[in-house]
Amino acid sequence: MKKILILGLFILAAMGIQAQGYQIGDEAKDFKLKNVDGKQISLADYKDAKGFIVIFTCNHCPYAVAYEDRIIEIDKKYKEKGFPVIAINPNDPELYESDSFDNMIVRAKEKGFTFPYLMDETQEVFKRFGATKTPHVFILSNKSGEYTVEYIGAIDNNYKDASQVTSRYVEDAVDALLQNKKPEITSTKAIGCGIKTKG
Amino acid sequence: MKFRYQLLLLASLIVSIKSVRAQEIKSHNFNELEPILHYQNDTTYVINFWAMWCKPCVEELPEFEDIRKDYTDKKVKVILVSLDFGKNTEDRLAGFLKKKNINAEVVLLDDPDADNWIGKVAKDWDGALPATLIYKKDERIVFTRQISYDELVRSIDKLNNQAN
Repeated sequence: MKKILILGLFILAAMGIQAQGYQIGDEAKDFKLKNVDGKQISLADYKDAKGFIVIFTCNHCPYAVAYEDRIIEIDKKYKEKGFPVIAINPNDPELYESDSFDNMIVRAKEKGFTFPYLMDETQEVFKRFGATKTPHVFILSNKSGEYTVEYIGAIDNNYKDASQVTSRYVEDAVDALLQNKKPEITSTKAIGCGIKTKG
Repeated sequence: MKFRYQLLLLASLIVSIKSVRAQEIKSHNFNELEPILHYQNDTTYVINFWAMWCKPCVEELPEFEDIRKDYTDKKVKVILVSLDFGKNTEDRLAGFLKKKNINAEVVLLDDPDADNWIGKVAKDWDGALPATLIYKKDERIVFTRQISYDELVRSIDKLNNQAN
């Protein structure tokens, strides 16, 4: 009996380890990360934001590249409505040279990113969020500095071809939040490049 | 004249040997692919989800190739499911595999509605590449990260040694 109990505790502990990262409804902690313009950016800098579209993305991953134009469009559409995009590169540039801070600056310029593109230098932020790949979206709502996780997952349902998209998960979720409703779909599974970390 | 004929013969022979060696890569949507995740025979299947641009995926490819070689007579089947996309994917893939000397079976999964199928590959997989599913009938072991040769061997042997 005792053995079973101990085993049960072990399983619970193992599950706890697995369930790292934010779940829907969790409060998200603010962060301070370096932007491609050299400035430090925090969520708290956006006093008037109703929320944020936090997207873990990067330079090297073809899925992330396939979504670049769509991310720019989403930012343009929702920034004015109070939901700016905050892009974060979580990869260790020692493992992927093309994801270095210098190359982030180059890519942001090339594509004309309309949103901050931050470097998760210590790789603490992606771990806290529980991001596992790029691109990986976390939509947060903002109630006077209290950030609640409202949606986790993919941008839409076609990574290959924007013109073939039939479900716009991120836009639908933000549209709902703008009407003070909860998103109908709060989580989806996104295909992506595993985040590169040494430990 | 005779010499030219022989040369032609030789050339066609070389071409035919080459075409036998290079495998034809088939492209599937998820519904077409799904049966390979659920065979109910006494073979252990090692199904790896990867892409050419994915560094850890490419790093672990030789491990899968070694498994294929080391288990040829042991009812183990390796299938590499490529998620590559873009122009001339099949040709690029065939060239890449030849260069890396990978002779395991490769299929292309071309199904951009990923949320619809990621969970059907493995409940615990959230879509980050690479990922590997090792199964025999209904027993399944899933790795949602880069895998080593030893981990592959341990998992395969565990499934193979189970009573049927």
